[in-house]
Amino acid sequence: MMKGRRINLRRWRKTAANTFVYILLATLGALWVLPIGYLVYTAFRVTPSTGIINTLVPDNLRLGIGNFSRLFRETMFPTWLGNTMLVSITSCLLTTAFILMVSYALSRLRFKLRKPIMNVLLVLGMFPGFMSMIAVYFILKAMGLTNSLVALVMVYSGSAALSYYICKGFFDTIPKAMEEAAILDGASQPMIFAKIVLPLAKPIIVYTVLTSFISPWCDFIFANTIISDRDKYTVALGLYKMINAEKNSFNDNFTVFCAGAFVVGGIIVTLFMSMQRYYVEGVTSGAVKG
Amino acid sequence: MEERTIENRKRKGLPKTVYALKDGSVYTRLSFPIMGFGQIARGQIVKGILYMLTELFFVLYMLFFGGSYIAHLFSGNLGTTLSGERWNEDLQIFEKIKGDNSFLILLYGVVSVVVTLAFVWVWLMNVKGSYENDLRRLKGENIATFKDDVRLLVNERFYAPLLILPFIGLLVFTVMPLVFMVLIAFTNYNYAHMPPGKLFDWVGFANFKTLFSLSGGTSGFAFVFLRVLLWTFIWAFFATFTNYFLGLAIAMIINKKGIKLKVLWRTLFVLAIAIPQFVTLLLMQKILDSDGILNKILGTNILWLTDSRHLSILPRVMIILVNIWIGVPYTLLMCSGILLNIPTDFYEAARIDGANAVKIFFYITLPYMLHITTPYLITQFVGNINNFNVIWLLTGGGPVDNVYYGGGTQAQSTDLLVTWLYRLTTDRNPKYNVASVIGIVIFVISAVLSLITFNRTSAARNEGAFQ
Repeated sequence: MMKGRRINLRRWRKTAANTFVYILLATLGALWVLPIGYLVYTAFRVTPSTGIINTLVPDNLRLGIGNFSRLFRETMFPTWLGNTMLVSITSCLLTTAFILMVSYALSRLRFKLRKPIMNVLLVLGMFPGFMSMIAVYFILKAMGLTNSLVALVMVYSGSAALSYYICKGFFDTIPKAMEEAAILDGASQPMIFAKIVLPLAKPIIVYTVLTSFISPWCDFIFANTIISDRDKYTVALGLYKMINAEKNSFNDNFTVFCAGAFVVGGIIVTLFMSMQRYYVEGVTSGAVKG
Repeated sequence: MEERTIENRKRKGLPKTVYALKDGSVYTRLSFPIMGFGQIARGQIVKGILYMLTELFFVLYMLFFGGSYIAHLFSGNLGTTLSGERWNEDLQIFEKIKGDNSFLILLYGVVSVVVTLAFVWVWLMNVKGSYENDLRRLKGENIATFKDDVRLLVNERFYAPLLILPFIGLLVFTVMPLVFMVLIAFTNYNYAHMPPGKLFDWVGFANFKTLFSLSGGTSGFAFVFLRVLLWTFIWAFFATFTNYFLGLAIAMIINKKGIKLKVLWRTLFVLAIAIPQFVTLLLMQKILDSDGILNKILGTNILWLTDSRHLSILPRVMIILVNIWIGVPYTLLMCSGILLNIPTDFYEAARIDGANAVKIFFYITLPYMLHITTPYLITQFVGNINNFNVIWLLTGGGPVDNVYYGGGTQAQSTDLLVTWLYRLTTDRNPKYNVASVIGIVIFVISAVLSLITFNRTSAARNEGAFQ
């Protein structure tokens, strides 16, 4: 009798706790989704003017794709999209390769200059990027590369080595035992890197690929310094200019801007959805025990 | 016998190069002026030719380009001749003359110095390598063939091929520009000295004096600088830790046993990452505008981002809140990934020992998380000190507050050091020199901070703790 009531009480408390958690998650989730909803609604809104809406209840609730056809026909958005794809794929491959190489060397290999190099990289990463922006521009100019997409790729992946920490932290957790076993089997260093450590590091590779792929879609400051021709803009620079070029452009182009942001967001979401599985996979947990 | 003398020499502590000159073979001594000589003479043809080509390239570079800039850089001034036209008495015409350009002298001077240093490093390798060959010959060992060198590079020295390319990128796009901008801090490069129209020159520590001397009064550079600095720290602290702990909390809630629809919940938050940061920020700025939708919903007329009363406390809080919206999805994703990686035997052991949820959190989850993420936290903190986008796109550094921030300093009340720096370089009246000093200050702060914390964390001291 007593026992049964205690179990009931425990079950009740568990349900109450879970309900609380669900309410909390739903509230927070709503807070995070609402601004995105506002953006999406604006992108699909049908109005004579393309300005910003500030009224709580919109004048009409008609939805359509007018803003998108404006975006693709009246602006150079398709060109910008192509540019950004090109830049982000190239720079993402380079950046990921660089980060993996540097963090593998600093995590798994032992050599005399290892600690000094780590300290130097740490120190270099602490200078604000803007400080050297003008100098970077003139170095590119000396190489005859300003106003080109190649320059953007170089700038985005040139200092990749500085962001090795997270990846190195991950490599540090991979058990040494597997590597030692491979060495006993006669594996060379490049083989250990490619065949043992890299497959285990899938989550961190996906993380690196995603972040480095996305950064060209979001940067407008460096792009603004390096690129001046409209047909060489990236999406971020184009969208930024669309509403910041003139004083009132926010009111003129806002719905088209939202449509553009929606397209960019859509691409990034698709990417994330297809990659998220790897992202949260616990890989090493079974590697040695199993 | 021979070997013992070699050991003795090493103990004296002189650089190997000195011995290479003193005791080296003729080949080694010849490789001092002619790189690669020692290698080719001992049959290391490929290596030797590579060294020779390096020397050839360097000599040509110096002759036709770098040499004149280095000479200019070390001449004590950054150019004296303005470009323009000059009357030529002999020919009785105006001649166009190409004047100096302080900016290019400094920039290419720095590039040339870096190239020279790299060359010296290769040259030392060349001499040492040749001397190494001499010693091997004395000991009766075989000289390393090209094949041996390659084998060394994929085994004991595998780090070298891994690091070389990333480091070249670093040298060109980070180190050289930084050295250049640091040097600017010691010049008078500002709106009044813009080459090629007007040249600039070295001024020693004058810019540091401007920024740190209290003579400007409470609205002069020194006081404004302290205010901006203080806000930069407050912002970086709150921005980093609110994001981290909220992200960790939400990740733990979603990972909790018995919570359904984990993927859905995670996706709700992760969706925010999909929108590029600058779009979110511009959108938030419009939502929080005085005519924005938030005020319409609340029926109020609050100046969320532009209220300069009470030391602009409202804009400051709003900035941190918006930053939570932007940052938490990232920390959430990262934390949930790492949480799943915590070995389950830790938890099983703790549960057998009778630990409750709170104890498990403080003795297992949190230490493990901190072990892995301390470097991340440090980078985040430093990143937030340099977080340009959030401030620039939300408030633009504003609101303008002439009581506390005026006096020609061009600073505004929510400015971080880095947005102040940016305004100083992109303003219609740029002050590159002061901006550069601020950049150095930002660097010193972050450098001291992270070197202390980084070397004290268990992540750096004890890399193998969880292996």
